[in-house]
Amino acid sequence: MAVEQTTRPPIRWHIAVFLAPAVLIYTAIMILPLFSTLQLSLFSDVGNRQVFVGFDNFRTLFGDPRWAEQFWNALKNNVWFFIVHMLVQNPIGILLAAILSSPLLRMRAVYRTAIFIPTILSFVIAGFAWKLILSPLWGVAPNLLDLVGLKSLFQPWLGKEAYALTTLALISVWQFVGIPMMLIYAALLSIPDELLEAAECDGITGMAQFWKIKLPLILPAIGIISILTFVGNFNAFDLIYSTQGALAGPDFSTDILGTLMYRTFFGFQLQLGDPNLGAAIATAMFVIILIGVSIYLFGIQRRLRRYQF
Amino acid sequence: MTKKVKLALLAATMLGSSGAAVAQDTTLTIESWRNDDLTIWQDKLIPAFEAANPGIKVKFSPSAPTEYNAVLNSKLEAGSAGDLITCRPFDASLSLYEKGYLSAVQDLDAMKNFSDVAKSGWSTDDGAAAFCVPMASVIHGFIYNADAFAEVGVEVPKTTDEFFAALDKIKENGTYVPMAMGTNDQWEAATMAYQNIGPNYWKGEEGRNALIKGEQKLTDDGWVEPFRQLAKWKDYLGDGYEAQTYPDSQNLFTLGRAAIYPAGSWEISVFNEQADFKMGAFPPPVPNDGDECYISDHVDIAMGMNANGKNQEAAKTFLNWVGSAEFATLYANALPGFFSLSSHDVKMEDPLAQEFVSWRSTCKSTIRSTYQILSRGTPNLENETWNASANVIKGTEAPEAASERLQGGLASWYDPQK
Repeated sequence: MAVEQTTRPPIRWHIAVFLAPAVLIYTAIMILPLFSTLQLSLFSDVGNRQVFVGFDNFRTLFGDPRWAEQFWNALKNNVWFFIVHMLVQNPIGILLAAILSSPLLRMRAVYRTAIFIPTILSFVIAGFAWKLILSPLWGVAPNLLDLVGLKSLFQPWLGKEAYALTTLALISVWQFVGIPMMLIYAALLSIPDELLEAAECDGITGMAQFWKIKLPLILPAIGIISILTFVGNFNAFDLIYSTQGALAGPDFSTDILGTLMYRTFFGFQLQLGDPNLGAAIATAMFVIILIGVSIYLFGIQRRLRRYQF
Repeated sequence: MTKKVKLALLAATMLGSSGAAVAQDTTLTIESWRNDDLTIWQDKLIPAFEAANPGIKVKFSPSAPTEYNAVLNSKLEAGSAGDLITCRPFDASLSLYEKGYLSAVQDLDAMKNFSDVAKSGWSTDDGAAAFCVPMASVIHGFIYNADAFAEVGVEVPKTTDEFFAALDKIKENGTYVPMAMGTNDQWEAATMAYQNIGPNYWKGEEGRNALIKGEQKLTDDGWVEPFRQLAKWKDYLGDGYEAQTYPDSQNLFTLGRAAIYPAGSWEISVFNEQADFKMGAFPPPVPNDGDECYISDHVDIAMGMNANGKNQEAAKTFLNWVGSAEFATLYANALPGFFSLSSHDVKMEDPLAQEFVSWRSTCKSTIRSTYQILSRGTPNLENETWNASANVIKGTEAPEAASERLQGGLASWYDPQK
């Protein structure tokens, strides 16, 4: 008996102790608010009291034609916002990283810093600067186009339904292209030289080397960037709000889920806030992002081949 | 030993002095969206109050106009809002009162100085309780560049025909952008355009009350005609007006590049400071010569007290002062364009402000049509009107279609319109 007691492994308190700070903080600032948002979306304000209403808020959101139209419009815009990022930001990021990692390039640090700097700017500064640049009244864009004789191409882009969202997406691309660039650049640097030398011995050089050797090796990094872009875009709000306001003009053409949620949750001008319906939209956003991330994790990431060097 | 005594003395002095400071000065914080007025409050209004009421310190802490309602609601819910709350008119403040965040103020002495119309923006629907002391109203009209008018040779228009003739002439001349307005921020199109010219067509209070009672619809001629007028404005706005923001419009006018500015009287103080040409103002033109004219004289701003504030007595003192003749005169002259709602006889010195206020005697006053009761539901009529007005000016939505849409939205939740 006594012998058995001494051989039983002692409780490993240190695991719990070391995990505790992270678990506690994460629970307090991430998990609890998330669940209280989910909970909020199941209640409604009746006579200044919170009453449990089940899925009524979701029924309003998807069933009421006015709310449904706004929601689908926001979702559609959000998808387009994401597509522009995937088609423009990430390929340009990869291209820049490939150029940066070329041994022939001089003053690498200067370019790297210059391209990365917009990323650390506030949305408000980026939004305001671009709003001024593109302003039909005082902006430099019309003057610059005039200098090269293309004034006729100038449009008040931010004020036209057809262009406003794409313009904003491109501003966001300009701001954040530094992130995919840095991640891919790091991935490219981690490719061992022996591998590239071996490729050269086999006669694979230049562009072929990039497509056949480097690109497959940085695919996992591209996957991570795609998912970061996805989550970032579906949570986006700041840029639209700071340039177009909460009504996401013109005519809701730049309304994305974030601005719709803000307008509903906090209210705007004479529209009073409805935290419950706002929470329902936030929940819908959470589900959309969850589905997207799950598709990536289970559908794509598991199939990515990793190479051991 | 001596060291201990010294420490004790030090501690006593520190505690004593800080205790005395608390007892002497009550600090009131004012929540407001008028960040443009920061210097006026700090340099004129607050010193005048503090001189008359020693022991009460006042701090003016404004936030951005578009964020004010959201910020204020969050602060009140969290219990961190200031003692004095600047009140938006109608439902935003009414809901704060119903939730118990604002105290009833109808028993304050100062409330005797205001008419029922003045109090309408901040009273319950039955008028039994009032929860903010009215401060000022704003009047809509058009401000024009008098030098430009003289140069181009146009007269101040009285009717819509004259108005468009003047715009045509300015456009032909080409020196000036005929009218400074943009649709980027949307509210300009609704507030400075639709609500500005509209009362002449829906006959002010008559149409507004009929709409509330359900006797008129937004698809009636009186409500569609202002949109038809707006649809004609497009040709007279500056290049790229679609992306022109509100500050852009202000600058375009004050830099002397535009001739006419569809305005609210609150612009007067900013324009006086920035424009170096002679300015004049005219009321919204009437459809036919000799028609009765109507102006939007909108109750805009008031002040109430936080029901959960710590300094209730001091806040009451301040609110009584807000209702006094001294405040009315100080405020109206410090901020020409914000017209006192009180029954005090307020002398104003600014000629432009005098011009605006003179319309009160020649035209019938009304308030903005969408503010009382009609913006209670979802979709919100005021916000929809922003969008509709901007669309109509840009020509992306026909006046009749916009009216149909607004009426449909209103009828979806407002029983008298069903």
